[in-house]
Amino acid sequence: MTFSRKIACIALIGSLGFGAAASAQDVSAAVSARQGSMNILALNIGVLAGMARGNAEYDAETAQAAADNIATISMMDQRFYWPPGSDSDSFEGSRVLASAWEDFAGVAEKSAAFGAAAEGIQAAAGNGLEAMQAALGPLGASCGACHDDYRQPE
Amino acid sequence: MKRIIGVMFGLAVFGFGAFLLVTQPRSIAPEQLAGLTGDPVQGEAVFWAAGCASCHAAEDSSGDDRLILAGGQHFPSDFGTFTAPNISPDPNFGIGDWSLAEFVTAVQEGVSPEGQHYYPAFPYTAYHLAQTQDIVDLYAFMMTLPQDSTPSQPHDVGFPFNIRRLVGGWKFLYVSDEFTLQGDLAQDVARGRYLSEALAHCAECHSPRNLLGAIDSSAWLQGAPNPSGRGRIPDITPSALGWSQSDIANYLRDGFTPSFDAAGGHMASVVQNLANLPDEDRMAIAAYLLAVPDAQ
Repeated sequence: MTFSRKIACIALIGSLGFGAAASAQDVSAAVSARQGSMNILALNIGVLAGMARGNAEYDAETAQAAADNIATISMMDQRFYWPPGSDSDSFEGSRVLASAWEDFAGVAEKSAAFGAAAEGIQAAAGNGLEAMQAALGPLGASCGACHDDYRQPE
Repeated sequence: MKRIIGVMFGLAVFGFGAFLLVTQPRSIAPEQLAGLTGDPVQGEAVFWAAGCASCHAAEDSSGDDRLILAGGQHFPSDFGTFTAPNISPDPNFGIGDWSLAEFVTAVQEGVSPEGQHYYPAFPYTAYHLAQTQDIVDLYAFMMTLPQDSTPSQPHDVGFPFNIRRLVGGWKFLYVSDEFTLQGDLAQDVARGRYLSEALAHCAECHSPRNLLGAIDSSAWLQGAPNPSGRGRIPDITPSALGWSQSDIANYLRDGFTPSFDAAGGHMASVVQNLANLPDEDRMAIAAYLLAVPDAQ
């Protein structure tokens, strides 16, 4: 194992929450940050879905800007988002099920699917309404797949 | 004394007879379906509206995999864990050797070709309200789907719920010939009521149940505990939901809420089904939901 590979592994394990226990304040900041990142996604998806639903006229430049933002969020390194003690059983206001910390393979797979869908919308958003609509479906499905398994129902 | 014993015996015989009568599995005779011809194209629309794939396809499947009805998904409940059977047209492991009358009996009366009651985890309480023609079309469509040779697994249900005959009594009490939303309905609301109550069976998850697991129609669509044990299935009556007709219809197509959150849980699968319907049908479901009474 090379040195850099080792560093990457340590970072990954840290991001899974096996690192040192975080303070309540750290947990709160992490939950706010990850929920903020979801809200940024929702705002930009709203721009695209508004056009896809016919509530707003399709505009290639606007659609591209929204899709670029979604792609940017998808590329963020999330290692600081998921401290131990930030699951829905442990922290008021969190809706992430504890199972997310127990099923790394599942989370990684769904996260990769989201990344691919975000790349897809970034590539398609400026190419006309139909191309954008076609890419929006898989994006929504990738959001829903993770919510399905790891988000506590309201 | 002899006389009292005689009366008791008579009552017991009468009671047992009534039990047998009430719990007798009903079936549809082939003659009752004479003259009906199945249209697989219409049947596909019924298939998506009725949500068959949500339970009978593999969990998390998408695209064409949702047409492989191999069964195997587990459904925990207060009465035990039910496992969806294989309903692909495989003649040995699925329903490929079923006659049309057997199929209609299963879907609308909840009785198997062997004459046993199905548990109401299979939402025949809803399908009972469907037009027979729709179920005949559904049969035509489902027989075109891919065959799968996965054996069905048994349910894990304890005593006394494992006595299937008792389900007949449950049906006597709780299977209704009437829609829940009554009154003079506009055409789109009536269409939405048909789709929601007879096919899509929204109330199965969105309404609370009594101790015997029957839907409490006085709290229709007012939300319920999640049988998986986590959180609640939301109240979707008009004020509680607070969405417009187009908000609801759009959500049922693309899965985004008015705040552009994405549907999760079992609802993500429901959206995958309903996305296959024409826009008018999703608007009709939305019109129906806005006509359902709010919680008091």
